[in-house]
Amino acid sequence: MTGLLSAGEQTRTGTAISAARQAPAPVTPAPVTMAAALNAALADSLAADERVLVFGEDVGTLGGVFRVTDGLAARFGEQRVFDTPLAESAIIGTAIGMAMNGLVPVVEMQFDAFAYPAFEQITSHLAKLRNRTRGLVSLPIVVRIPFGGGIGGVEHHCDSSEAYYTHTPGLRVVTPGTPSDAYRLLRQSIECADPVLFLEPKRRYWSKEQAALTSAGPAIDRAVVRRAGKDVTLIAYGAMVATALESAEAAVHEGWDVEVIDLRSLSPFDDATLTESVRRTGRAIVVHEAPGFAGYGAEVAARLTEQCFHYLEAPILRITGFDIPYPPPHLERHHLPDVDRILDGIARLQWDDNGPASNA
Amino acid sequence: MTPLAGLTPAALTDALLPSAAPLQLIDPDGKPGQNPGGLTLPDPEILLELYRLMVLGRRFDRQATTLTKQGRLAVYPSSRGQDACQVGPVLALRDQDWLFPTYRDTVAVVTRGVDPAEALTLLRGDWHCGYDPYQYRVAPQCTPLATSTLHAVGLAHAARLKGQDEVALALLGDGATSEGDTHEALNFSAVWKAPVVFFVQNNGYAISVPLAKQSAAPTLAAKGVGYGIPSLLIDGNDAAAVYAAVRAGLDRAAAGQGPTLIEAITYRIEAHTNADDATRYRPDAEVQSWLDRDPIARLEVFLSQEGVLGEQATQEIAAQAEELAERTRDLMSKDPDLDPADLFAHVYAQPTASLERQRAALLAEIADSAR
Repeated sequence: MTGLLSAGEQTRTGTAISAARQAPAPVTPAPVTMAAALNAALADSLAADERVLVFGEDVGTLGGVFRVTDGLAARFGEQRVFDTPLAESAIIGTAIGMAMNGLVPVVEMQFDAFAYPAFEQITSHLAKLRNRTRGLVSLPIVVRIPFGGGIGGVEHHCDSSEAYYTHTPGLRVVTPGTPSDAYRLLRQSIECADPVLFLEPKRRYWSKEQAALTSAGPAIDRAVVRRAGKDVTLIAYGAMVATALESAEAAVHEGWDVEVIDLRSLSPFDDATLTESVRRTGRAIVVHEAPGFAGYGAEVAARLTEQCFHYLEAPILRITGFDIPYPPPHLERHHLPDVDRILDGIARLQWDDNGPASNA
Repeated sequence: MTPLAGLTPAALTDALLPSAAPLQLIDPDGKPGQNPGGLTLPDPEILLELYRLMVLGRRFDRQATTLTKQGRLAVYPSSRGQDACQVGPVLALRDQDWLFPTYRDTVAVVTRGVDPAEALTLLRGDWHCGYDPYQYRVAPQCTPLATSTLHAVGLAHAARLKGQDEVALALLGDGATSEGDTHEALNFSAVWKAPVVFFVQNNGYAISVPLAKQSAAPTLAAKGVGYGIPSLLIDGNDAAAVYAAVRAGLDRAAAGQGPTLIEAITYRIEAHTNADDATRYRPDAEVQSWLDRDPIARLEVFLSQEGVLGEQATQEIAAQAEELAERTRDLMSKDPDLDPADLFAHVYAQPTASLERQRAALLAEIADSAR
């Protein structure tokens, strides 16, 4: 690995964030954005493991269109952090070959819908090669995909494509809801022996959190309770975690004590944490931006119904985007689930046995 | 091949373009080829080994086709007629190099040293890949065409990053050159100067679709210039030319000069698979004309004339081929030992809790039905 080592670690400029983390545990950590947390996770992974590579479109000199890879090429050298030609299938396909040869590629698909040219490489090869070879070929690849809407992006820049990947056995699909968890989950994903589709809620790239960055904490496949409550379990992931938390606070005024669960891992699904919560509250709503029909929420509702039926006071509802192609920027606010829509959903949970529960 | 550094665009174009006619070291009559280009005739012992491996490969291929008729193989795509393209590139590989085969390249896989039963695991239907890719440096046979060309580029680029001298040989066919992944693989490999050799077996048909409906390029090798990749057009039924061309490509790659594209003109004598009816799309006369250009026969004539191959050696090689066929029959006559629990074992590095439950459910179901 001498070629790789000599290229890296030449200009250890370090960011404010990594400098803060290298200092003795600060009493009050500086606020950190999700983009900066992801950047720190990539930098720390590159520094910790010489097999790690970062590549994709515009991730080198530019530092990524969202600046998530800012400064990495300068710090670790162009052999480890580099721009590729513009071809998503090749980015995944060559990553597979590199992983077969012992490297750990962390690749970027610039936007959700731009990952579709790589769909065959992801579903037919990345997901299956371990299985095809009875475990002899392991592909520890992370595919970072900024996903979802809410940023005023024009068409093909705002898709929630998670269900395509969660429907594919062999892939792990994770998405962080907070900056500190973005750091933790990305470090865990890079260390994971399975291929991981790492969905970054682009609308939360600039949200801040005052928290130390560490990979310790919940494992890659665990959901976490972000807010404890006793009346309703609100199940969210990615960008919707913040919306769900906001809804839970608003619900207090309506007299509802809402528990918010951040799934983190969409596949595999943390049945234990979810089942425990839903059996306790007896009511649940799953929230996502993606269209509801045959969406990820349908699986959540179905499997929790199967496991919690006798504990349920109402059908498990889905609060989702409409079954439409992602809207243009000036109309997207009508599509995305928000606090009002979530509160309306909670109101429909048959508190008094009146009215239809579902809008589906 | 011409060194490319420092050439003007016009001179570079000339240097990258393949010859107008296929390069040939030995002609269909077993005489020295009229268009050797820059290719060097391999040493007699290499030629003899090419002959021996082709005889073994063809016997294996015939045995595999027979096994489909006996129900011992689910399906078999024969490479008969492409024998030189199956054997030549593999013999040119060094131990540390990698082979990326497609579903029609089982003879190449066996020639690389993979056990026949392991090589036929996919086509028998026991598992998707039956051999250890790392043991033989052979990637799993690829069914979605052209996708593996990208894996070859990635593996080769990784070798270069790690400072390891390994070249990846990607096998593909004329049909696969139409796929987007082939375009991306050629482009990435050229930009990265990845140590890859792309070997296109142009056998005239993608299942039933003839080359004329596949591509309007003057030749498939001519596509290389668009990527900045030097290309060779060769007679794919001339094992000597195949070996020499692949050897030249491997040498270039190992020397850090990047990829090479080789188009080998050959012909698929059998139908696409045992389940195909080739008479629906091509005339018998065409097949007959290619039988007259048989790759084994021409090398046999050449080696006999050179005094390298005598009656005794021919018989010994024929006997080896029968041994291989018999061993293949024996291996395939045993019923496979399949464990349904394996279905869940390698989906993830560690089975998920959900998969554990599904495995238990299946095993209970099987136990119930056995009662």
